[in-house]
Amino acid sequence: MAKARGLVAVNVEECKGCNLCVVACPVDVLHLANSFNTHGYSPAEYDGEGCTGCGICFYACPEPGAITVYKNWTEAQEAYICQTKKVASRLNVTDAVKGLAECEACGQQVILSNFRNLSFAE
Amino acid sequence: MSVKILGKSKGFYDTYERRPGNNKEQTHYCPGCGHGILHKMIAEALTDYEVAENCIFVSPVGCSVFAYYYFNAGNIQSAHGRAPAVATGVKRALPESVVISYQGDGDLAAIGGNEILHAANRGEAMTVFFVNNAIYGMTGGQMAPTTLIGQKTTTTPYGRTLQNEGYPIRMAEIIASLESPVYVERVMMADVRSKNAARKAVRRGIKNQIEKKGFSFIEVLSTCPTGWKMTAPQSEEWIKSTLVQNFPLGVYKDIAQQVEPLDMSQNLATPARVPKLIGLEQDKVMIDAASIKLSETIDQEIKIAGFGGQGVLSLGVWLSEIGMREDLEVSWIPSYGPEMRGGTANCHVKLSREAIGSPLVTHPTVLVAMNRPSLEKFEDDVIEGGAIVWDSSLIDIEPKRDDIIRIPIPATEIAKELGNTKTSNVVILGVLAGYSDFLDPIVVQQVLPLIFKKRHLLEINLKAFQKGLELGRQLSA
Repeated sequence: MAKARGLVAVNVEECKGCNLCVVACPVDVLHLANSFNTHGYSPAEYDGEGCTGCGICFYACPEPGAITVYKNWTEAQEAYICQTKKVASRLNVTDAVKGLAECEACGQQVILSNFRNLSFAE
Repeated sequence: MSVKILGKSKGFYDTYERRPGNNKEQTHYCPGCGHGILHKMIAEALTDYEVAENCIFVSPVGCSVFAYYYFNAGNIQSAHGRAPAVATGVKRALPESVVISYQGDGDLAAIGGNEILHAANRGEAMTVFFVNNAIYGMTGGQMAPTTLIGQKTTTTPYGRTLQNEGYPIRMAEIIASLESPVYVERVMMADVRSKNAARKAVRRGIKNQIEKKGFSFIEVLSTCPTGWKMTAPQSEEWIKSTLVQNFPLGVYKDIAQQVEPLDMSQNLATPARVPKLIGLEQDKVMIDAASIKLSETIDQEIKIAGFGGQGVLSLGVWLSEIGMREDLEVSWIPSYGPEMRGGTANCHVKLSREAIGSPLVTHPTVLVAMNRPSLEKFEDDVIEGGAIVWDSSLIDIEPKRDDIIRIPIPATEIAKELGNTKTSNVVILGVLAGYSDFLDPIVVQQVLPLIFKKRHLLEINLKAFQKGLELGRQLSA
């Protein structure tokens, strides 16, 4: 397995389970979930490890916001700025499959697929 | 170094509030639809080139008609196939904007074939995305002009045949054969490599427009899993194995580097230039603003109806002319009666102090009826308290309603006495000016010389107007 440099987060509610990302992933770390989302689709799910951050799944996916790829996760993790306390913080992955992390400064849960609401240091 | 994240582009809305129903998170496209991928590439390019704010999307009929749910840019919906014509107008009015015409194969190659050819031939500086999936996706999988020979659709259940439906149209080749287009490429959405090539083509197409190079045309072979009755990965395979055999990929034309950027702003019809262009400048009418009586009743919706030849449409034009000089918003649309012979021609006129939404007049405040069928047809539409002006010398009946102001005018008789029955519409204009206060007689008298350029016509018409004015004042007193 390739070295895990990236991180992929699937927004379960935006995914329609078309399987294109699963087929496209060169390191085979995506699969369709056994569960359904509220729209009745089985969304894609990250195996939890092995993502290289290549971004191929992002361009394979037809939904604008279903897939978010952090090209270099370690860098993103360190550069995180806590939204509540407005201080430099650190993200710790709590659930890689569901794309959840925790902010070290405030302890709140962060949804990684919702990156437009997150801020990172330049 | 900033953190690199690939995710939903800023070119999209956060949630799709314009989309009806509860689902504001997902696009309305089927799972695996190529539209979404192309949308992502366009949105990304618009954001990267920082032109999303300045971009106007024209989407005609097709699944992508709802592109305005998603793109955080300007959006216009156009009639089926007419996106290049609408985009032409937009681009000429706003030459600094980035205009994208986003069309499907049914739209561009079938009903809109003419529009795209001429827009391309004129070399309009726009970017056209032609999404070719060889089928009518939105309407449920009928044959498109691009459907392959042998391909089964709901309208070719035994497969498209050469004898019946002919060969599929190759639009990229056709467009590339024209002189003006600067960039024509066919790409596909089938695998990592081809999507990457498509992404580059999308960016080239938009970049060309930002650099004012001219017409760019990008044909995208795209999936339609629902129409093709396949899964999404299968449909990508089908593009690679079959569709691309009939629609070879590649750059068909690229002269973007050779052509000089086009400066559209020289031809721009700015508000300052418009009066000059339409010849209003030489007939300058100096209106003393204080002389205009702006009353509460000035917002008028007028319907004028009669035989063709009675000057029905002209009367409407004059009313709008006068309204313009009074600094009002005006609209005028004609409706030539395609009905039975002896039916009515009519026109709709709006005079308003505020911008006019629709030029249609369904419930007129004033109805001018110049023949009997018009009176009978439109009488019931007049609002309560509205006015009906009718030519009592030609109409042998009277309106049945009594909740309206009744103004019978023997206009044709008066005009006959003056020596020309054609002036009956000017008599009515005079009556309207005399009876109500939404027309200022002073303005009308200044406008009439602009309408009747010949002296003898002007004289008789001024007389007719004066006669009508007196009559109108008598009636209102």
